[in-house]
Amino acid sequence: MSFTFDLNTVWFIMVGVLFTGYALLDGFDLGVGALHLLTKSDTDRRLMINSIGPVWDGNEVWLVTGGGALFASFPEVYATAFSGFYMAMILLLFGLIFRAVAIDFRSKLVSKAWRQFWDISFSVSSIVSALLIGVALGNIAYGIPLDAGKEFVGTFFGLLHPYALMVGITTVSLFMMHGAIYAVMKTEGDLQDKLRGWVNPTIIFFIICYIIMTLATLLYLPHMSENLKASPVLFIVPILNALAIANIPREMHKGREGRAFLSSCASMIALMALFGVGMFPNLILSNPDPVNSLHIYNAASSQKTLKIMLIIATIGMPLVIAYTVSIYYVFRGKVKLDESSY
Amino acid sequence: MDLELLSRLQFGITIGFHYLFPPLSIGLGLILVIMEGMYMKTKKLMYHRITRFWVKIFGLIFALGVATGIVMEFQFGTNWATYSRFVGDVFGSALAAEGVFAFFLESGFLAILLFGWDKVKPRTHFISTILVAFGAHLSAIWIVVANSWQQTPAGHHVVAFGDGMRAEIVDFWQVVFNPSFIDRITHVYMGAWQAGAFFVLSVAAFYLIRKKHREFAKGSIRIALVVAVFASIMQLVTGHSSAVTVAETQPAKMAAFEGHYPASAPAGLYLFGWVDEEAEETVGLQIPGLLSFMIDFDSSTPVTGLNAFPEEDRPPVNLVFQSYHIMVGIGMLLILFSLLGALGWWRRFLFEKRWLLWIFVFAVILPMAGNQLGWFSAEVGRQPWIVYGLLRTSDALSVSVGSGQVITSLILFTLIYLLLLVLFIYLLNEKIQKGPEDAVLEESKEGGARA
Repeated sequence: MSFTFDLNTVWFIMVGVLFTGYALLDGFDLGVGALHLLTKSDTDRRLMINSIGPVWDGNEVWLVTGGGALFASFPEVYATAFSGFYMAMILLLFGLIFRAVAIDFRSKLVSKAWRQFWDISFSVSSIVSALLIGVALGNIAYGIPLDAGKEFVGTFFGLLHPYALMVGITTVSLFMMHGAIYAVMKTEGDLQDKLRGWVNPTIIFFIICYIIMTLATLLYLPHMSENLKASPVLFIVPILNALAIANIPREMHKGREGRAFLSSCASMIALMALFGVGMFPNLILSNPDPVNSLHIYNAASSQKTLKIMLIIATIGMPLVIAYTVSIYYVFRGKVKLDESSY
Repeated sequence: MDLELLSRLQFGITIGFHYLFPPLSIGLGLILVIMEGMYMKTKKLMYHRITRFWVKIFGLIFALGVATGIVMEFQFGTNWATYSRFVGDVFGSALAAEGVFAFFLESGFLAILLFGWDKVKPRTHFISTILVAFGAHLSAIWIVVANSWQQTPAGHHVVAFGDGMRAEIVDFWQVVFNPSFIDRITHVYMGAWQAGAFFVLSVAAFYLIRKKHREFAKGSIRIALVVAVFASIMQLVTGHSSAVTVAETQPAKMAAFEGHYPASAPAGLYLFGWVDEEAEETVGLQIPGLLSFMIDFDSSTPVTGLNAFPEEDRPPVNLVFQSYHIMVGIGMLLILFSLLGALGWWRRFLFEKRWLLWIFVFAVILPMAGNQLGWFSAEVGRQPWIVYGLLRTSDALSVSVGSGQVITSLILFTLIYLLLLVLFIYLLNEKIQKGPEDAVLEESKEGGARA
């Protein structure tokens, strides 16, 4: 399908931008959660939680808004995916509920058992949430069985095929790397030294997953590289992706965590862009019957709604970016525990 | 059990549990603005303590609201996919606006409200408090827009799309200002302010009974009582206005509220009663002609009754009748209690009379129950429609989801929410028992309040 720059395309990009924003931001706090149990002392664990304390909630809003934008711009995709992935979505919800509650409840009582319970909840729910998000992406790329009425006709266990699980594990590894770099940035002293030691293993873990996932995509999902073949100029995206990933260990080695974090962000943006390039103009591929795929035209809201939403986004998004930047600015620097901390 | 009932039960339980928290954050948000505003104006240390204590409680409530709120947004897609396909074009814009305009504002500035005391200037902190409260009010607007559109659809047309039909937007502002929106948003706000005010009154009255934190408690009570009196009286106005709109736009719902069967006859107002749905009659204590009078200032105006509707278009009558009447009764009690409090303030017995303080300790249950029952009446009263007159609830379910899956998720939600409710009450109690002492110690350690 040729590329026309219409409202449907704009909303394909906008939904992508919102979910990329979610990955960049909640990605590091899910990653901090995934690594949480590797810290042992109570103070270290509190520092881990408080490093994301003021921002995790705002980060999660990107998911809520991304979901809302998907509902509004492509209601058919929202309806098909959310009902089709029913049990996976319910599990993701439980993951997100437990995570939110664990962060808030953990340090409110001094009991050791209480804190241990919420530490485990926080970490497990972070890993499960990241895994499920990846599995959902993997399924969207791999294709799910859809009938002519745009309804999912597969099963929950059918969603857990090796490719989807591979994307899920890659997502966990990516978030762990992203979270480890963030945590190094926000801490100091012994904890920072310890965290610094985790960055390399997470980078290696991620790169191994990334290579396997890329090979699997090229071998088994040839449709994901068709757009790339059709417009070779887009090869700039995977090249930038590779450079950004390669730059992470380099910056860490030079002790520049801030730049390493930005590189990690850049590699995530490139990954999401690759995913978008591979999918366009489809939003959910139907496998085995590609004619039933949902794309930006047969799944979209009316032109009128897309236009109204563009107005809302044009007014709203600069405000959102302004608050996000100011909040991160207010809470810049190393995390310190005080009486208002978690 | 059938899929429709299970899905409705799950939606009811998850939204009912969620809706324990947003009214408290909206109401408490407003009260925090007043408290911190008083501090900014008077620079009295007491107001600083009051604000810091209630901010902590606010944080706990807000966290539960966020955790249970994501479920709501996902559930339209997971359990009500056909509904989502039908309303997405109209409903989606409101949800997206909610995310973009309200949620980012709330969650962003919440960080400063909770953790920013030492990081920003007092004025910036105060502005953050205002923005959080404003964001909480704004998020209610968009969700009530969406829900009011389901009650009184406007500004749309229904067109063929793919294999089915869907509603598409024609006029955005007509969708926003649909016939029931203004009545319902004001009613929701007043309910939320009542919840926030009576919550503060409850905790503070408890301290006075225990003879603890007296200055703190008195300061909190004075602020909360002003909000309680205003909101409780205004709730009568918004409630009346909502009822008149319901009578005009959703006559079957109004008829169910009052158990009124005759197709077209003057109707009375029941103080209490019981509807026999088999015999199609209502018994109870009734003021004749009062419903007609309330709607039209004429006790002989005929009101459309349930018999004007075929049976498949009627909501469950007795259930709606009872929840509506208990809600109205609660509204009256709240006016009585707030005025009693105001009288006590004026005649100087407010902080002395233990019976009055005990009333306030327990009265917090009333607005919480009233908010739940109000939504219950509005939503069950709309049945059998999910979008009034356009889409039936039974036609709105997810095609690809079976009852086995919904039973599983329903059981899990119920268990997890029970656990969360117990833990929430436990932690809230811990914080209340600990009291505002912390903040005071904190200040003396650091040599006085941060001005």
